[in-house]
Amino acid sequence: MSHAANAHDFLRDPARAAWHDQTLWMVRVKRDRQAAKVPDWEALREAASQIKEHTLSRLAEYLEEFESRAAANGIQVHWAADGEEHNRIVHGILARHGVRKLVKSKSMLTEECHLNRHLEEHGIEVIDTDLGERIVQLQRKPPSHIVMPAIHLKRAEVGEVFHEHLGTPRGLDDAQELTEAARQHLRRQFLTADAALTGVNFAVAETGGFVVCTNEGNADMGAHLAPVHIACMGIEKIIPKQEHLGVFLRLLARSATGQPSTVFSSHFYKPRPGQEMHIVLVDNGRSRQLGREDYRRSLACIRCAACFNTCPVYRRSGGYSYSYFIAGPIGSILAPNVDKAAHGDMPFASTLCGSCSAVCPVKIDIHTQLLKWRQEITAEGHAPWWKTLAMRVTGLVLKRPALYALAGRLARHFLPLVNLLKLDPWTRSRALPEAPGQSFREWLAETERAKPPAKNPPP
Amino acid sequence: MTLGLFIPCYVDQLYPQVGRAAHSLLCQLGHEVVVPARPACCGQPMSNSGYASLSEGCVADFRAEFDRFERIVSPSGSCVLHLKESLEAAHHPLAHRVHELCEFLHDIEKVTSLPARFPHKVGLHSSCHGLRGLGLGRCSECLAPEFSKPAKLLSLVEGLELVTLERPDECCGFGGTFSVFEPDVSVSMGRDRIRDHAGHGAEFITSADMSCLMHLGGLLAREAPQVKAVHIAEILAGCVAEQRG
Repeated sequence: MSHAANAHDFLRDPARAAWHDQTLWMVRVKRDRQAAKVPDWEALREAASQIKEHTLSRLAEYLEEFESRAAANGIQVHWAADGEEHNRIVHGILARHGVRKLVKSKSMLTEECHLNRHLEEHGIEVIDTDLGERIVQLQRKPPSHIVMPAIHLKRAEVGEVFHEHLGTPRGLDDAQELTEAARQHLRRQFLTADAALTGVNFAVAETGGFVVCTNEGNADMGAHLAPVHIACMGIEKIIPKQEHLGVFLRLLARSATGQPSTVFSSHFYKPRPGQEMHIVLVDNGRSRQLGREDYRRSLACIRCAACFNTCPVYRRSGGYSYSYFIAGPIGSILAPNVDKAAHGDMPFASTLCGSCSAVCPVKIDIHTQLLKWRQEITAEGHAPWWKTLAMRVTGLVLKRPALYALAGRLARHFLPLVNLLKLDPWTRSRALPEAPGQSFREWLAETERAKPPAKNPPP
Repeated sequence: MTLGLFIPCYVDQLYPQVGRAAHSLLCQLGHEVVVPARPACCGQPMSNSGYASLSEGCVADFRAEFDRFERIVSPSGSCVLHLKESLEAAHHPLAHRVHELCEFLHDIEKVTSLPARFPHKVGLHSSCHGLRGLGLGRCSECLAPEFSKPAKLLSLVEGLELVTLERPDECCGFGGTFSVFEPDVSVSMGRDRIRDHAGHGAEFITSADMSCLMHLGGLLAREAPQVKAVHIAEILAGCVAEQRG
C-alpha cells in the first residue's frame, strides 16, 4: 500500500493521530531545550558534519585501521557484503557455541538484515531486550520508530501485550508495574542467555573500540553476562578518533530524546578473560550509496531520529505508513538506494519543509536528497502514468502565454462548479477561492491601456 | 529603479489582489514596475513532483525575460526559492537579483515606515520555503538569535498585533502537489496550524507565501470562516479593507 493510503488509515482515528503527533512533538521540544543549553550547538553540528564527511571520504582506510586495532585487542573481526552474509556469520558463531538463546540490544542493522527470522529458522531463540523493541517483538511487529520502537502504543496496549505474553494481570495500566514486569521478565532472559548481540553507535578507528548507547543498560546486561558478545555495525558507523566521541555523544542523546546524554554510553575494547568478542562490519548497499554523489551524505546519519520527531508528516502518519523499516525523512532517502520500485513513494511522503535538514545533528541535506530521489524515481518510470500525463499537460500550458491565459479563464469559469462538486482531493476538504473576474495580468493590461504613455519607457 | 515583478501563475489567476497589492506597494516606494508576459510559472509544480526536466522551459523563459532588470521581486517565497535554486545550479548571476517581496523591502529597500494601518490580531505563518529556504527568519530548529523579516515589516503596520503561536514554524501541509497526492496528511497538518492560530486569537492569518494561504484559506472557508487568510503584501500595502475587510 502507498504511504498516502496508509496515512489515510492512520488518520481515521483523529484523536489517536493527534496524540501521536503531540507525543513526538514533545520529544522535539525537549531536544530544543537541551540543544539550547549547549552554548556552541551549531558549531558542534558543523564539527560533526565535517568529521563524518572526512570519514566518508576515507572510509576504507579507517575501516582497515579499525580492523587491525580491534584484532590486536583480541576482537574477532568479520566482513559481510550483504545482509545474508551477515546472518550467516552471526549464525555460524552461535552454532559453534551451541547457542540456544540470544539476547539482543537494539540494533537497526539486524532489523535491516532480518536476522531474527534467520536465527529463529535455525532454532535459536532471539530476545530483544530493549523494552520498546521487546514489546513490538512480542506483537510480532517491527519497530515504528528507530529510537522509540513502541512509541505508537499506549500504556494500556502494552498492558494487554504483557497480559497475553508475560502473564501479568489483565488491565495493567501503571507504568511502574509494567516496567517491573518487564524487568523481571528480561532479567530471566539475561541470566539464561548463551550469547549477547549488540549494535554499535560509534566504532573508533584509532583504538579498535566501540561505543553502545542505551537508556536501559540492556546492552551491558547482555554483554557482561554472556560468554559470547557479537557486535554488528554498518560500515558508516566508524569515526577516526576517540576525541570525536566528545562531539557525537554530546549531539546524539540531545537530538534523539532531549536527554543530555544516554543513561549508558558503554565503551568496549576487548573481551574479558574467557569471553569471545566478535564484530561484524556490514556493507549491504552502503558502498553503493557512497558512490552516489547526491546521496552520499545520508551515510553520515547517527540514527538519532530527530528528523522523525520533527517531521510533520511522520508525526501524522506513523512509522508503519512507510514501506521501509527505517521510516521518516532519513528512511525516505535510504530506502530508494535499496529498491526504487518498492520504496518509490517514500521520497514523496514529504512537503519538503526542510525541518529534517535543519534539525539533523550531522547536517544531512535530507530534504534536498528527497527532491533528487523524486527526479530519479520518476525518470526511471516508477511514477503512475496519469501523473506523468498531468505534469506534461501542466508544463505545456504554463510555457505558452496564450494557452495559459485561455486555460486560466476556463479554470476560473468552472471554478464555482468544482467548488460545489467537491469531487477532487483538494475540494473534498478545502474550498478553492472565489473566482476573480479578472486575472492580475488582465487587470494590469487594462490599467496600462488607460494610462497616458510613460515618458521613460521601461528598458 | 525599474523592477521586474514576477507574479506566479496561481496568484495571477486566483489571487489577482495579491499581485495588485505587491505592484502598488512597489510603486508607492517610487519604483517603476514592469511585469513581463512570460513565464507564467516558475516551474516548481513539475520539479517538486519529480519532473524537473519539464520545468526547465519556465526557468529559461524567466532568464530570458527578467535578465534585463537590476532587481526582480515576487510575492511568493516558494517560487522565488525554486527560481533561485535553479539559477544557482546553472551558476547564473540572476539568482542573486531575485527577491521575495519581504526580503526586498527589508534588505534592499530597508523600509523603516509604512503608511499602512491594520488594527487586528494577526497570526504570521512562516512558510517553510521562505523561512528555511530563503532565510527570511530564524527557524525554531536553529540555535541562533531570533529574527523574522516578515514580522519586522508587520511591526511597522499601525494597530497590528501579532499573536504568539505554540509551534511557530510548523509546515501547513501544502507542499505543492503533496496537497493532492497526500490529502489526508496535508489537511490534518493544515487543521493543526489553524487551531494554533485561531486558538491564540488570530483574526487573520498572513504569510509571504500565497500557496500556504491557498491551502489554509481553503480550510478556513469550510471550517472557520471567521478567520481570514491574507497575503502579507495586502497588509503592508494597506489594501486588505478594500478587498475583504
